[in-house]
Amino acid sequence: MQSLGIDVLFKGTNFLRLLEGLWVAVRISLISVAISIALGLVMGMLMTSKNRILKMILRLYLEIVRIMPQMVLLFIVYFGTTRVFGWNLSAEYSAIIVFSFWGVAEMGDLVRGALISIPKIQYESAQALGMTPSMTYLYVILPQAIRRLIPLSINLITRMIKTTSLVMMIGIVEVLKVAQQIIEANRRSSPNAVFGVFAVVFLLYFLICWPISKLAGYLEKRWA
Amino acid sequence: MEQALLKINHLHKTYGDQVILKDFNLEVNKGEVVVIIGPSGCGKSTLLRCINALEDIQGGEVLLDNEAVFKEKKNISKMRQKIGMVFQSYELFPHKTILENILLAPIKVQKRNRAEAEKEALELLTKVGLADRRDDYPRQLSGGQKQRVAIVRALCMHPEILLLDEITAALDPEMVREVLEVVLSLAKAGSTMLIVTHEMAFARAIADRILFLDDGEIVEESSQPKDFFKQPVTDRAKAFLKTFDYE
Repeated sequence: MQSLGIDVLFKGTNFLRLLEGLWVAVRISLISVAISIALGLVMGMLMTSKNRILKMILRLYLEIVRIMPQMVLLFIVYFGTTRVFGWNLSAEYSAIIVFSFWGVAEMGDLVRGALISIPKIQYESAQALGMTPSMTYLYVILPQAIRRLIPLSINLITRMIKTTSLVMMIGIVEVLKVAQQIIEANRRSSPNAVFGVFAVVFLLYFLICWPISKLAGYLEKRWA
Repeated sequence: MEQALLKINHLHKTYGDQVILKDFNLEVNKGEVVVIIGPSGCGKSTLLRCINALEDIQGGEVLLDNEAVFKEKKNISKMRQKIGMVFQSYELFPHKTILENILLAPIKVQKRNRAEAEKEALELLTKVGLADRRDDYPRQLSGGQKQRVAIVRALCMHPEILLLDEITAALDPEMVREVLEVVLSLAKAGSTMLIVTHEMAFARAIADRILFLDDGEIVEESSQPKDFFKQPVTDRAKAFLKTFDYE
């Protein structure tokens, strides 16, 4: 049987480098996810407001994010804005900006959906007990909305983690880029590394995303 | 002369062009049980919702203890605490246990001591036969049980008047009784209540006064519920009551 080429990972610091690359990907996603959740909550509440102009602007923002491929956004921010505006933006910051820009819009829409899915009479039931609007939100509406939100937002989080593989296109050395480098460097001695190393990369993504989506399934069942 | 607890003066309510309640007047005395019946769409549920300002009104006023319920936004929470409301669809909070459902408003709104409120909540739960369900979630209870919890939740706020909005309409027939027994015992204990219902036998048993509403107006009013159900005066009431007979 031919070798799978996994052995190259045990040469020198190759495996450690791969893990470092993974950390870069995870770090970009973690920061972007944190920003997306915080601002997404605000965005979602604003999207349920009665102000039509505000709603239209937010709607437009959401549509732009949905229509634009993330890669195009990365190129615009990293190559485009740095040239036109002349500022100095590192690739990693560009990635975080793009992923947050995407995450806030999508999270906002999820929050909006969760908020409007709470029946109006739940608000009324709380008010009939003398609760003020802020108490109603805090104790009755938000806890219910967040329960509906968590499975959906975890889905978004895993999508964001997977999509960080694009950031190597703007020169960030994350796990996929490291894998490519290792494969290139060992092309002669172990040509099969192209299979083994990418398989390990797959496994690493799986190890990160799978527990997260299991958690979503668990919460969905528990709070159904 | 006895001072009315609840006074509704010239209440006017419209949805767009549609008039729901026109120049509606009503007084409810302390300890009185007033039952409102009438065909669907006659404005009876809207009337209850206007009383605690869940609906905005286009004219007139609602006074509780001679104080307007919705004079200003700041005041509304204080006034609503005096008006307990129970809905057709229970509207317990699904993410909280039975006990937490009951305690939420007394603790957060009235800032009462938890131990004291909990003691009262458990006493009330015992009275309606649900003390052992205190740590369950609403979804684990039957409709009738949920509705009894909703009544306890309203009572725990010590309201001066209770508004019951078709509280048995969503229940299976065998569960109607367990809920209405609770309401009957409240009436015996002297609670002031304004009840909208389609249960005619219950209305006859519990009412001190019956109002028959149609088209947003009181068509017939009677302090002798038994006579009213036997021999209504107006044609409209006769026609309405007839729809409940099968011969």
